[in-house]
Amino acid sequence: MARHKGRGFAAINYPIGMNLGGDPSQALVHSNPDGKFMVSLSSIDLGQGMKSVTRQIAAETLGVPVEDVYVDTADSDTGPHCMGSFASRGTHRVGNAVIAAAQEARAVLLEAAAEELEVSAADLETDGRGNIHVKGAPGRSITTAAASLAAQFKQGRTVSGRGIFLIPFAGVDPETGEMTPVSCFAHAALVVDIEVDDETGEIEVAKLSSAYEVGRALNPKLVEQQLVGGAWMGMSHAAWETTEPYYPDRGHGPEDFNQYLMPGPGDIAPHDIAILERPAPDGPYGGKGPGEMCANPVLPALANAVYDAVGVRIDELPVTPEKILRGIQANGGARPKGRR
Amino acid sequence: MSSQTRVELRKDLFADERDDNLNEIGRPTARQDILGHVTGRSPFFDDHQFDGLLHMRCVRSPHHHARIRRIDIAAAERMPGVRRIILGRDVPHNLNTLLSLIDFGRDDEPLLATGKVSYVGEAVAAVIAETERQARDAVAAVRVDWEVLPHVLDPEEALAPGAPIVNETWPRNVFEYHDKYTHQKLRFGDVERAFARPDVEIVEGRYQMSPIEQAPTETCGAIAAPETNGRYVCHTSTQALFFSLGTTAKLLDMPSSRLHFIGGTVGGGFGGKVDSLHEPLAVLGAILTGAPVKYIWDRAEEMQVGAPRGAERWYLKDAVTRDGRIVARRFRGYFDCGAYTRLSSYAVQKATGHLPGPYTIENVSSDVYCVFTNRTPATAMRGFGITGVDFAIECHMDKVAERVGLDPIELRILNAYRDGDMKAHRRLAKNTALIECCQVAAEKAGWPIRPEFAAMSSLTGGGGDRAAIPETVTDEEGRVDGTPAARPAPRPAAPAPAPAPATASTSARPAAPATRPAAPPATPPAAPPVAPPVSAPAPAAAPAERPQERPAQKPYQPQEPFTRGVKKPGAHRFSSLSGTRRR
Repeated sequence: MARHKGRGFAAINYPIGMNLGGDPSQALVHSNPDGKFMVSLSSIDLGQGMKSVTRQIAAETLGVPVEDVYVDTADSDTGPHCMGSFASRGTHRVGNAVIAAAQEARAVLLEAAAEELEVSAADLETDGRGNIHVKGAPGRSITTAAASLAAQFKQGRTVSGRGIFLIPFAGVDPETGEMTPVSCFAHAALVVDIEVDDETGEIEVAKLSSAYEVGRALNPKLVEQQLVGGAWMGMSHAAWETTEPYYPDRGHGPEDFNQYLMPGPGDIAPHDIAILERPAPDGPYGGKGPGEMCANPVLPALANAVYDAVGVRIDELPVTPEKILRGIQANGGARPKGRR
Repeated sequence: MSSQTRVELRKDLFADERDDNLNEIGRPTARQDILGHVTGRSPFFDDHQFDGLLHMRCVRSPHHHARIRRIDIAAAERMPGVRRIILGRDVPHNLNTLLSLIDFGRDDEPLLATGKVSYVGEAVAAVIAETERQARDAVAAVRVDWEVLPHVLDPEEALAPGAPIVNETWPRNVFEYHDKYTHQKLRFGDVERAFARPDVEIVEGRYQMSPIEQAPTETCGAIAAPETNGRYVCHTSTQALFFSLGTTAKLLDMPSSRLHFIGGTVGGGFGGKVDSLHEPLAVLGAILTGAPVKYIWDRAEEMQVGAPRGAERWYLKDAVTRDGRIVARRFRGYFDCGAYTRLSSYAVQKATGHLPGPYTIENVSSDVYCVFTNRTPATAMRGFGITGVDFAIECHMDKVAERVGLDPIELRILNAYRDGDMKAHRRLAKNTALIECCQVAAEKAGWPIRPEFAAMSSLTGGGGDRAAIPETVTDEEGRVDGTPAARPAPRPAAPAPAPAPATASTSARPAAPATRPAAPPATPPAAPPVAPPVSAPAPAAAPAERPQERPAQKPYQPQEPFTRGVKKPGAHRFSSLSGTRRR
């Protein structure tokens, strides 16, 4: 027996948002009298960080510190319509809706400040730390708290905004498949290094090296969370998971986590990640959506690495020890292709 | 793990396309909800507790395909704690398809099956009892008289003549695209002419992805309760609040204004919490009992009844010149959507728009089928519509690289799409970055590529001739005339094997396929899939349920709705607005 090293590569792109459009999302933003903002959504935070990304987007657009903004999801009585959190649409679609709502609220805030400072709103800017001042004259300023209070208790303005983002639905041509599927794509390329035991057929992942292009890392830690977790979900899909181990036979279906195999902490390997940012022209601050695509390159990269290691092509997922062993047997032994 | 993970932001790339001087964007700000998550105090749907909460469990089919002759609930109804047993006839509008909310497809799925079941685990009745234990016991006491029907589990066999009809709404066992074809087509250029060129190598492959489970920590569920004002509150794990609200309003035939849905903090979704099966049943349960009702899957249901990422099977054929330029790529794909459409019809179009992957190829052709089989319906999962075909494409690229003797990364860079290129769906590529990703990943892994490949860029070399739309060959293969009855009669003694395209591992070296061999070469599936219109099971028009004699179990009628039970004294004595228990 021997353990054989192998490495595999794959590259992918990924469409952001619901294919063909037709998937609106809305946002409402309003300020308390003391200049603290609330973003109301009906979007869902699955753990991916929807609340945090939209919070940062709202703060950036409003020009206030992030701690002055909170995001509320999801209540159908208070949050306006959103198609939902799927299809990598959250950051892109909801983020754009939040920008639109925050821009409208910001305009009122600046008008209120302008009235207090007796200048034109066009001459004002925010410093992102809770102050509004005249461009070029930081001394002539008012806090966002004072401007909000004046707006609501003195001027009778509601410091609020509404936003919607919609890419209108466009169909598919039945004859040629001509369509406008989405407006932007994320990208990734990944190398996986593995060792294959030719006696047990087991794979051990030694290292992942990857480059993910996400438009803009709106919050690098949330991107990291997606890429690290997503790549391991991809690895799990590639080499462990299935609800139908002998598909299309329905037998032997797992019903709990003792039978449904996934990698455990001991199976985690180092992951060396580069994040590339080519902003999407229509993304919120250029952001795309890293959540789904991060898993995709891992599957083929792993199958390609197995071929490199022992000369067995596994064209059916998952890449199980059984399939590897049967392939080695059929070849009359492991046939390493030579490390690249 | 973090000590093993290294993340770097490559700010040097595309720097002139970004403004990096923003206040909040780009900062690693801690999540607004992190403290609640790590201390276990974030409220999920199941943390909302109600006095007098009832529990719902479903009676499920043990068969892949069976007619329901009779459902006998008499014994179960009398069991301790049982408050109500819901059948399909109690559902005001018991037929739906999820994407009817965006006007796509035909209603094809009941909330509770009536005439027949089409997969193992399909629900035929919902028992509501005072405890989960009592509900489980009563489920076991419901007697269903089944007439087992022939079933089909392989998507290509489902397309073969004589296959059992899985879903009467789709009598050809396929979703019909544009009311015109058995599949979604993509045609760009002329692949057959390119395959016939003398200067190309042909590389073929067959790839398959088995179903997998989204496996959220929190299983799918919902709690519904009557409000005091004729409304119903529903705490839900949904990934799409208004999808679930709209689906509930449609199935229960009630205005959305009477529904108050609350969610937003979900214990993992990954695509498995879009199907909106729990909310309608929980709300209907609350309507019929006048009490709060919880319906949540256990882990076994989550894994075997809940929709997985569906299986896909792909056949690829490439023509590649000996210097590594792919000049033609043909796909034939089968999405195994299980017994009902859910979202698979949409995924097929998403996949079609994705082809041929992130490469500029001058001739592309694709036929993708959304096929019905007698298994758990498939639904969305992380990468929906793309993951399976990306596996096929990128495994195939490895074979192409080997065939022409080119480094796998260099092959990708050589064929990568660039700004200004025409894509197969006839839109220009923009904002591309595949080449840069390949270069950076190679650099990180210490995988050497030649200088000319390291110097290439997504920004240059695209457009021009690569922006042209080639003269395209189209065809009417797989045409449906819209009237299933007019389909050709089944061929007698049709062989069982599916009409799979001829395919095999074409690698020159004897690398044995380690899995089941590809389907044997057969006649290409030029003929549209046909199934006998008569010999298969009768449609769901003849439910054989015994009329229920017990007055307490009259079918639910929405004509006199939304008052029953709502004012029942003592049923719930605290507000469900906050959702948390108050005493």
